[in-house]
Amino acid sequence: MARTLFDKIWDAHTVAKAQGGSSLIAIDRVFLHERTGAAALNRMAEMGRKVLDPARVFAVMDHIVDTRIGRGDGTLMQGGEGFITETRAACKAAGITLFDVNDRDQGIVHVISPEQGIVLPGLTLVAPDSHTCTQGAFGALAWGIGSSEAEHAMVTGTLRLERPKTMRVRFDGGLGFGVTAKDMILTVIARHGAGGGAGHVVEFAGDAVKALDMEARMTLCNMATEFSAMTGIIAPDAKTFEYLTARPYAPADFSDPHWQTLHSDTGASFDREIIIDAASIAPMVSWGTSPEHTIAIDQKVPEGPARAHDYMGLAAGDALAGTSLDAAFIGSCTNSRISDLRRAAAILEGRRIASSIKKALVVPGSLGVKRQAEAEGLDKIFEAAGFEWRMSGCSLCFYAGGEGFPECSRTISSTNRNFEGRQGPGIRTHIASPETVAASAIAGAIADPREYARSREAAA
Amino acid sequence: MSAFPQPFTALAAPLIRDNVDTDMIIPSREMRTTGRDGLAEGMFAPWRYTDADARIENPDFVLNQPEYRDAKLLLASANFGCGSSREHAVWALAEFGIKAIIAESFAPIFRGNCVRNFILPIALPRDVVEHFAACEVTIDLEAQTVTSDGATHSFDIEAEAKQMLAHGLDAIDLTLTQAGAIQEWLNADKPARPWVYLEHSR
Repeated sequence: MARTLFDKIWDAHTVAKAQGGSSLIAIDRVFLHERTGAAALNRMAEMGRKVLDPARVFAVMDHIVDTRIGRGDGTLMQGGEGFITETRAACKAAGITLFDVNDRDQGIVHVISPEQGIVLPGLTLVAPDSHTCTQGAFGALAWGIGSSEAEHAMVTGTLRLERPKTMRVRFDGGLGFGVTAKDMILTVIARHGAGGGAGHVVEFAGDAVKALDMEARMTLCNMATEFSAMTGIIAPDAKTFEYLTARPYAPADFSDPHWQTLHSDTGASFDREIIIDAASIAPMVSWGTSPEHTIAIDQKVPEGPARAHDYMGLAAGDALAGTSLDAAFIGSCTNSRISDLRRAAAILEGRRIASSIKKALVVPGSLGVKRQAEAEGLDKIFEAAGFEWRMSGCSLCFYAGGEGFPECSRTISSTNRNFEGRQGPGIRTHIASPETVAASAIAGAIADPREYARSREAAA
Repeated sequence: MSAFPQPFTALAAPLIRDNVDTDMIIPSREMRTTGRDGLAEGMFAPWRYTDADARIENPDFVLNQPEYRDAKLLLASANFGCGSSREHAVWALAEFGIKAIIAESFAPIFRGNCVRNFILPIALPRDVVEHFAACEVTIDLEAQTVTSDGATHSFDIEAEAKQMLAHGLDAIDLTLTQAGAIQEWLNADKPARPWVYLEHSR
C-alpha cells in the first residue's frame, strides 16, 4: 500500500494505541525556550517527575533575550530576567542541554536546531512553540505544542495524539524573478484561508519546492501554523542530507538505507490536494490583521472585516504599494538566516533607507548567522543603509513589553504574524519577504522588490 | 484543576470574531512570570481595557458587561486561538472561569491546550453559534449535546478527550500506565535508529 511520508513517520513512531482511541506516538526530540519552557520544567519538578532521556531534550534562550550588542541576562522587558534565570536553573536541574544567552551557538530555536543537526529527517520533534513546523523542511514530523504537552513529551517520551489528515500542496513550475518561499506560503494562506489547513499535516511538493534551498524550505514550512495545519513537511533529498552532514548532533553519514525511504510513495493518496502554478505567484504583502489578509504587491486592498480595515487604516480599494512606512524589521524564525540577509543586503548595498523610517532592525537568527554575515561584510552594508545590527533572538517579531517600535508605527516586517498589537499596541504590521522589507525601507513606503533588484542587475 | 462540571448551564458571552489569536487572548507583555497564575487580569487586555497599563476598562467589551463579568461560556468564531502556542492563553481563560468555548472552529494547538486544562472546546456551525449569543446554554458532555431555547445540537469530541474532561484525568499519569510498552518500543528502536539516541555532549 502506497504511503505518504507522514504515514511512514507516524506508523514508525506508533508505540501503542492509547486507551480511549488515540495513539501513543514516540517523540525523538524536545526543544524548549525560556518563554514557555520554564513553565513546563517547573511543573514537572513540582510534580516530582523526571525527564525520561535528558540527552534528547534541548533548550535555548531566544524569545525575550535582549538583542543589543553587549547583552547579559538583563532584558528591556520588565521581569524578563526571571524567565532567563529560572530557565537556566530548571535546565540544569533537569540535566538538559541549554544554548544560553551568549553561547556561541545561541539563536532562535528553529534556526539553531537545523544548524546543530538536532532535527533530522524522519524524526518526531516537538517544542512549545507554534513555529516548530519550520523544521518540517528537513522531512521531520515537527510541530508546536503547549507547555503541558511538552511536559508530557519530556516525562514519557511520547504524546497522545489523534491521527491527523494529510494534504499535499504542490507548486508546479518555477518561481518568477524576485519571488521567494515567503511569497509561496503567503499565497497558500491568502488563497485558502488562515484556517485552511486545520486538521492536516501538509506536505509541500512539486518542482518549485524541489528547487528551493534548505533555508527557503524552512521559510515555506514556517508558516504552516498560520495556515492552521498541524505542521508542514518536505521530503528530504540530496540538499537535505548535504546540509545536515557534519553538523554537531547529526550522524556521521547518511548511508543507512533508512534515509532513502523518507518520501511519499508514488500513488500515495492524500485527503486533500492543492495545486498552485508557481509562475502565478508575485511578491506578497499583508494588508490586514490576519496572514490571510495578504495580496500581491500590485493589487488593491480587498473588502475585509471592518476591524481589520480600521486597525490598519486601509480601506478597500486602496493601493498597498506606496503606503508610507515608519519602521522596518528583518528577522524572526521565518526569515533571519544567512540567505535571507544576503538577499536583503543585495538590495540595500549602496543605498540608504528613507529618512521617514524611524526604526530599522536586522536581527540575525543565530550567533552563527551573525558571524557568517559579518565575515561577508553584510553588517556593514546594513549599517551603512541605516539599519541597526543586533545579536540574535526573536526580538520584535512580537512585543513583550520591553523594546518596541515608535508609537503607532506602520512597519514592514519579514516576520510571520500581522495580528492586531502583535508588534506592540497600535503597531500596524505588514508582513513580506526580506527583499520586500529592504526595498520598502529604501522607498519609505511599501515597494516592489523586483524594481530594486532589476535596477541593480541593469547597473551590473 | 478539575473536570468539566456536569450539569452545565451558563449564559453565553459572544465574542464572535474570526481568527482571534492567542496574542490577543493573552498578550506577551501580560505574561510576567513563569507561573500559570495571575494571567486572568491580562486576558484580552487590548480589547478589554482602554488603557491596559492603568487597567481602565472598555465598557463596550463583552466581558466587561455586567451579565458577563463572571462568564463561564464563551462563543467564538472561526480559527479561535490561532497563532502562538502559549498555553498561557488557556490558563488565563481557565483562571477567569471559562469552562467551555463554542466556536465555528479552533486552532489545533489551542484546542489541545483547552483539553489539557479541562476547558471543553465545542465546534458547531457559525449560524448555530451566533444563535446562542446572550442565551442560556446547557451542555451535556456525556450525551455530546448543546441545548438552548429548546433546540438541541450534537457535537463531536474524541473519546479520549471526553474521558479526560469528564473525569479530570491527568494525561501524564494515564500514559505512565503504559511505561512498559514505551520501554519495549525504545529497546526495539535503539538498534534500528541509533542516530536518534544521543550521548550528552555539551
